[in-house]
Amino acid sequence: MSVIDTLLSGDRPRSRLLGVALTLILVSLAFAPFLFPGTRSLDVAAKVCVFIVLVASYDFLLGYTGIVSFAHTMFFGIGGYGIAIAMTRLDAGWTSIAAGIAAALAISLGLSFLVGLFSLRVKAIFFAMVTLAVASFFAILASQLSDVTGGEDGLTFKVPEMLRPGFKLLEEPFLGVVLGGKVVTYYLVFTSALLLFLAMLRVVNSPFGRVLLAIRENDFRAEALGYRTVIYRTLANCMSALIATLAGVLYALWLRYTGPNTTLDFAIMIDILLMVVIGGMGTMYGSVLGATLFIVAQNYLQDLMKLASGATRGIPLLPDLLHPDRWLLWLGVLFVVCVYYFPLGIVGRLRQKQG
Amino acid sequence: MTVSSPPAVQDSPLPQARIDAIPLVLLAAISLAAFAMIGNPSTWVTLTVAGIAMGLLIFIMASGLTLVFGLMDVMNFAHGLFIAIGAYVGVSTMKAFSSSAGSDSFLTNLGALAPTLLAAVVVAGLIGAFFERVIIRPVYGQHLKQILITTGGMIVAEQLIHVIWGPDLLPLPRPETLRGSFLIGDIAIEKFRLVAVVIGLAVFAAMVLILNRTKIGLLIRAGVENKEMVEAMGYRIRRLFVGVFIAGSALAGLGGALWGMYQENVNVHIGAQMMVLIFIVIIIGGLGSVGGCFVGALLVGLVANYVGYLSPKVALGSNILLMMIVLFWRPQGLYPVSKQ
Repeated sequence: MSVIDTLLSGDRPRSRLLGVALTLILVSLAFAPFLFPGTRSLDVAAKVCVFIVLVASYDFLLGYTGIVSFAHTMFFGIGGYGIAIAMTRLDAGWTSIAAGIAAALAISLGLSFLVGLFSLRVKAIFFAMVTLAVASFFAILASQLSDVTGGEDGLTFKVPEMLRPGFKLLEEPFLGVVLGGKVVTYYLVFTSALLLFLAMLRVVNSPFGRVLLAIRENDFRAEALGYRTVIYRTLANCMSALIATLAGVLYALWLRYTGPNTTLDFAIMIDILLMVVIGGMGTMYGSVLGATLFIVAQNYLQDLMKLASGATRGIPLLPDLLHPDRWLLWLGVLFVVCVYYFPLGIVGRLRQKQG
Repeated sequence: MTVSSPPAVQDSPLPQARIDAIPLVLLAAISLAAFAMIGNPSTWVTLTVAGIAMGLLIFIMASGLTLVFGLMDVMNFAHGLFIAIGAYVGVSTMKAFSSSAGSDSFLTNLGALAPTLLAAVVVAGLIGAFFERVIIRPVYGQHLKQILITTGGMIVAEQLIHVIWGPDLLPLPRPETLRGSFLIGDIAIEKFRLVAVVIGLAVFAAMVLILNRTKIGLLIRAGVENKEMVEAMGYRIRRLFVGVFIAGSALAGLGGALWGMYQENVNVHIGAQMMVLIFIVIIIGGLGSVGGCFVGALLVGLVANYVGYLSPKVALGSNILLMMIVLFWRPQGLYPVSKQ
């Protein structure tokens, strides 16, 4: 057990049901190519991996530090565009991936540092407003500078030989699955996501993470205890931005494409907010549950709603409310209910039951 | 033993609050600089009118938000919702009155414009009252929850608009006599922009009068500066706040309907798009300050139009740059609101 404790940095799920759910998600993701063969389900699994990291990094900011940022997709996008631009400008090799990651991280670090230093001194609301403005500016910039970013069309790029769909790791199918480049990429995404998540768990359970919690609970008191809250907040902002950038890198590698709609869209920012709050703010594990539920719902709830919408045909308004495109309506309602009644989301609810 | 007499009470009027004129000078300086750079007087007049019209429309939408924040420290991230509702109600009403909107007479056209704007104001105000009661009241004083809950409300409301009006881009035609533009010499001025300027100035004047010349206005201003003191005097600041919230939503609805006509079409994202501009404006003006909001809106409108003409590439970012520059100069905005 001590190995698990070390891996989880001593932050156990603290609820049997939660532990079971997390194990289930971990096993499903770890063996996704074998358990759920098919392109669509592998796509869903990879997206879940990427979003767990992205949402966890947002939780780091929102749940642990108490800062609302609307610029998280901007950093996600910087990662994606970093890779895409490097791969289209340079050759499609591992060195250009490294160059792209390095450049993206540097830009994210600089931007998050500036935005943080600039607006974290004042109220949380001010930061939220400034990040909203900066992020929308960045989205406009990306769609306007079409020579560099490909504009609205985005950039499709080549990846190293090993990650291409045509590549075969083994000649023979393994356990009935052809181990192609897609599977290799999936495991690259999965492993990186797992490592990043464990690293974040480590950080939030470190003394540094405790200071962040203290600032969230009462920044005045934290300041009085001798912690420079501005510095801690800015550091948290930078760290969260860097991890979001890495998530963007993973997503771009998986899609072999980066565009405004997959990274910078404000709808994605809303999705992230929904995932964090429904899963449970300030718990890290909430991001796992939130992202998994949300993305599975995004891909499969619509099918269910199509059935419901068809079944209620003839009743006024109901078919429209249950229309497959309206799935966000119901998740939005769930979000509002969560903020009011379950501020700690699903994870908080499960832990309460246990206690 | 002599008792020092109390200082004589003078009959001179109370000292007036000094008006900080530097931002106004800045406004004038920017238009003069733009005049020098553009070089062509008629183009400059067209752009300036366009900028002022845009600025006033933004002011109509933003003023309620900044007052609500000043009064109760509530930041409503769903303010854009009322803009969208105003615009969509405008679409439906304009459709209903399409016969009088299509007529050649200005008065008959007014018979379409007035109910359109009125419907937008009333519906947005009603929904504002509902929103305040259901969404915002439970989360007073909790900033984090306010941001989250109002964003959530925005998501749900945007989806409901989808359900009611559908996802398509809807046309919102201007009444017949307000299309096209006046030609004065070689200066072209769009008619609708003049309408926007007139309505915007009327709203600003009414607001200044109410805030400075009525008791309610006095209470609102006092509440922005020190809420507890107003409560201690026995006034119910909550009621005042509900009133301001409803008025702010109604104004956002009015602005939304006008903005929809300005663009001649409406889509679901109108609220979210305007939100960004509005945030920039109230940050520039100083959170809670109506005067600052007015100057900020004009600044944003003018700069957007000038830069859009001078170098279209930079235009979309000009607002952000403007905000950055203003914040470097005055970190609390142009007219900081003193808070206890």
